[in-house]
Amino acid sequence: MSLDTWIAIFVSTVVAATPLIYAALGELVTEKAGVLNLGVEGMMLVGAVVGFIVGVNSGSLVLGYLAAMLAGVLMSLVFGVLTITLQANQVATGLALTLFGAGLSAFVGRSYAGQPIDGADALHIPLLSDLPVVGALLFQFNALVYGSIALFFAVQWFLSRSHAGLRLRAIGEAPSVSHAIGHPVQKTRYRAVMFGGACSGIAGAYLSTALTPMWVEGMSSGRGWIALALVVFATWKPLRVLLGAYLFGGVTVLQLYAQGFGLTVPSEFLSMLPYAATIVVLVIICRDPKTILLNQPASLGKGFHPDA
Amino acid sequence: MTDSFPPTTSAATPGSAPRLALRGISKRYPSVVANDAVDLTVQPGEIHALMGENGAGKSTLMKIVYGVTRPDAGTIHWQGEPVTIDSPAKARALGIGMVFQHFSLFETLTVAENIALALDHRAAPSTLDARINEVSERYGLPVDPKRLVHSMSVGERQRVEIVRCLLQAPQLLIMDEPTSVLTPQAVQTLFGTLRRLASEGVSILYISHKLDEIRQLCDTATVLRGGRLAGTATPRLEDDAGLARLMIGSELSPCQLPPKQPGEIMLELTNLNLPSSDPFGTHLQRVDLRVRRGEIVGIAGVSGNGQKELMAALSGECLSPDVGAVRIGGQPVGRLGPAARRRLGLGFVPEERLGRGAVPAMSLSDNALLTGAATAPAMLRHGLVSRRAARDFATGVIAAFNVKCGGESSIASSLSGGNLQKFIVGREVRLDPQVMVAAQPTWGVDVGASQMIRQALIELRNRDVAVLVVSEELDELFAICDRLVVIAQGRLSPSRTPAQTSVEEIGSWMSGGFIAAADAKQEVRDAAAA
Repeated sequence: MSLDTWIAIFVSTVVAATPLIYAALGELVTEKAGVLNLGVEGMMLVGAVVGFIVGVNSGSLVLGYLAAMLAGVLMSLVFGVLTITLQANQVATGLALTLFGAGLSAFVGRSYAGQPIDGADALHIPLLSDLPVVGALLFQFNALVYGSIALFFAVQWFLSRSHAGLRLRAIGEAPSVSHAIGHPVQKTRYRAVMFGGACSGIAGAYLSTALTPMWVEGMSSGRGWIALALVVFATWKPLRVLLGAYLFGGVTVLQLYAQGFGLTVPSEFLSMLPYAATIVVLVIICRDPKTILLNQPASLGKGFHPDA
Repeated sequence: MTDSFPPTTSAATPGSAPRLALRGISKRYPSVVANDAVDLTVQPGEIHALMGENGAGKSTLMKIVYGVTRPDAGTIHWQGEPVTIDSPAKARALGIGMVFQHFSLFETLTVAENIALALDHRAAPSTLDARINEVSERYGLPVDPKRLVHSMSVGERQRVEIVRCLLQAPQLLIMDEPTSVLTPQAVQTLFGTLRRLASEGVSILYISHKLDEIRQLCDTATVLRGGRLAGTATPRLEDDAGLARLMIGSELSPCQLPPKQPGEIMLELTNLNLPSSDPFGTHLQRVDLRVRRGEIVGIAGVSGNGQKELMAALSGECLSPDVGAVRIGGQPVGRLGPAARRRLGLGFVPEERLGRGAVPAMSLSDNALLTGAATAPAMLRHGLVSRRAARDFATGVIAAFNVKCGGESSIASSLSGGNLQKFIVGREVRLDPQVMVAAQPTWGVDVGASQMIRQALIELRNRDVAVLVVSEELDELFAICDRLVVIAQGRLSPSRTPAQTSVEEIGSWMSGGFIAAADAKQEVRDAAAA
């Protein structure tokens, strides 16, 4: 294979991994606060359709992304009110949110299905983008790809270095103790859930405006679930989430190339590979139960009521 | 009783006003009145005891002072001024610090992170470390800011909690049963720190039900009983019996242990080695233990030194790789599960009464059936459950052990801790065991029920049952045991009769004092074998 092919594989890998990075980092922050939101897939679909519709009608993708984030936040607020304020079961509510999001997005996007648009353009950075090889490798992505890297650094810094991040982790660890010290458990959890919603929303908009610039019903095709699995198997560490997402992207792209070469393996088997490979690798990485116990937020999935 | 304090601020000049004055504090929960018109006054620089049995309302009252819970009625005066404390942050801003009884640190965070979380303003990590070191040196509380909490012993954790409070320069420090997790020596160190704080003008509210500690440390005592004020006393002028009378409202008779010749070995551990799968757990190493018919053997130790793991190995919850390392009545049972061991005559009272001792959401008769099915044939015939036998059995236990509840159909979690414990102990006793293992049988149980449970264990011993008791209460072990051993860092000390040993020796063993000697002996033995 030529150098150009390798560059193309690398670039497609990064492009395919980006929505997972957004969705998984958002869910990671939510879970670090002790809330398990299984509605990522649903929030992504709503983000995808809203981002697409606003982008098409306004002619501005930036507006589309903002609308997608807002839509994700609204979806997550439904979840937040039910689970944080009304103490509904988080698992059941999250599953319902996914079903709701899938139905809602299909309904809203009926007249837009299959309509193509101009996708997000690659940023042109003077000098850097024109560099030989390196320019093609690293400096010809669209803005959301760079945004995902920035988000990784921001989340990493927030969780490990900032005081607010420390309080968020403490709340995920032991909400009753945090409450006794005087930290606002419910407020922090709302914020974390809303952050997760915004991230899922933009991950969805990325699918419908950058990865494949069109709206198709159910187009997230399980990426929300992979994002959820990534968070667990990455043992709640942002760097592992990032690497896991790139692994998923890489295998996705490689299997497409393999299909192109006309291997005799059924294409369904190859399409399954990225999901299987990501999970197998991450399971092997986190097979030490101590790593999980030390990193898993101890109150994950458990409601908390300040008066109890 | 103290005179009522006028709720006006006219007399409240800075020098004379009490630091904290509670008047008529009441708090009701749906099923229970936790506090009923309670008054409490703490002077500057005073060490004030708040005494009472479990469920007397001490914790609720302190939660109200610290702003965790709000009272239904009553007023709080701070330095003579009426205040509303609606959050812990407000309490800290006033100068109130609290050291919690259990689990108020975040295990997966470092010491410095834990402390940073409790400070209301952000502190740069570098200056915070320096401040932690300064406070810990000044009050003799060594802590390492960089360490992860889960790797620390219980005593070290408590030091972290105290340092965390002191960094906020409190004027009132609330200590909630601080000594329940400490060795006798560590208790004296803690008292030294508290006296020093008091001499600097800090008021201390000391919550406890341990009478001797209160008499040693405290200037004044306020006693609660059933949510009401039972009285105030000067502990130095009272004896244990007087304080106990205030606390429980009646007299106590001490346990009697008639002399008795122990019989054959019923429970035997030989060189039991068991690595723990829990990252916060303790590995059991070379554990040897023999319990004979007609004796009570007590295991003392600070919690978290392997008691949980030892209990799991005895009950059969955790199997031993070496089948002969655990024997019941001479039979090797290392690979047998809990039901099989029960059939061999094991009775077991676990430490967690809800979740291990009883299924919280099930009725008492169902709970009786769950353990009785293995050993009481009447309850289970040809694989079918006999409801009537289970009901009769549960009713019998309730009557014999004076369990206060709504009857055999009461849900286990609806019983108070002491009553549920009486039921569990009674259930095990009436299943007629040959070997009885009880973990923390009186933990969190009020004085009257504790007495009854101890008496039941002694009666078992008198009936030639082999009894093993794990407890953190040294007084209890010295009162009811024929022999004592100590568990520390997953190792078991040699055994002593209470007459052969002293609280000081057991205390030094509790912090691992016997291990070096045991290792030396083992080396000699290994050398001889080689």
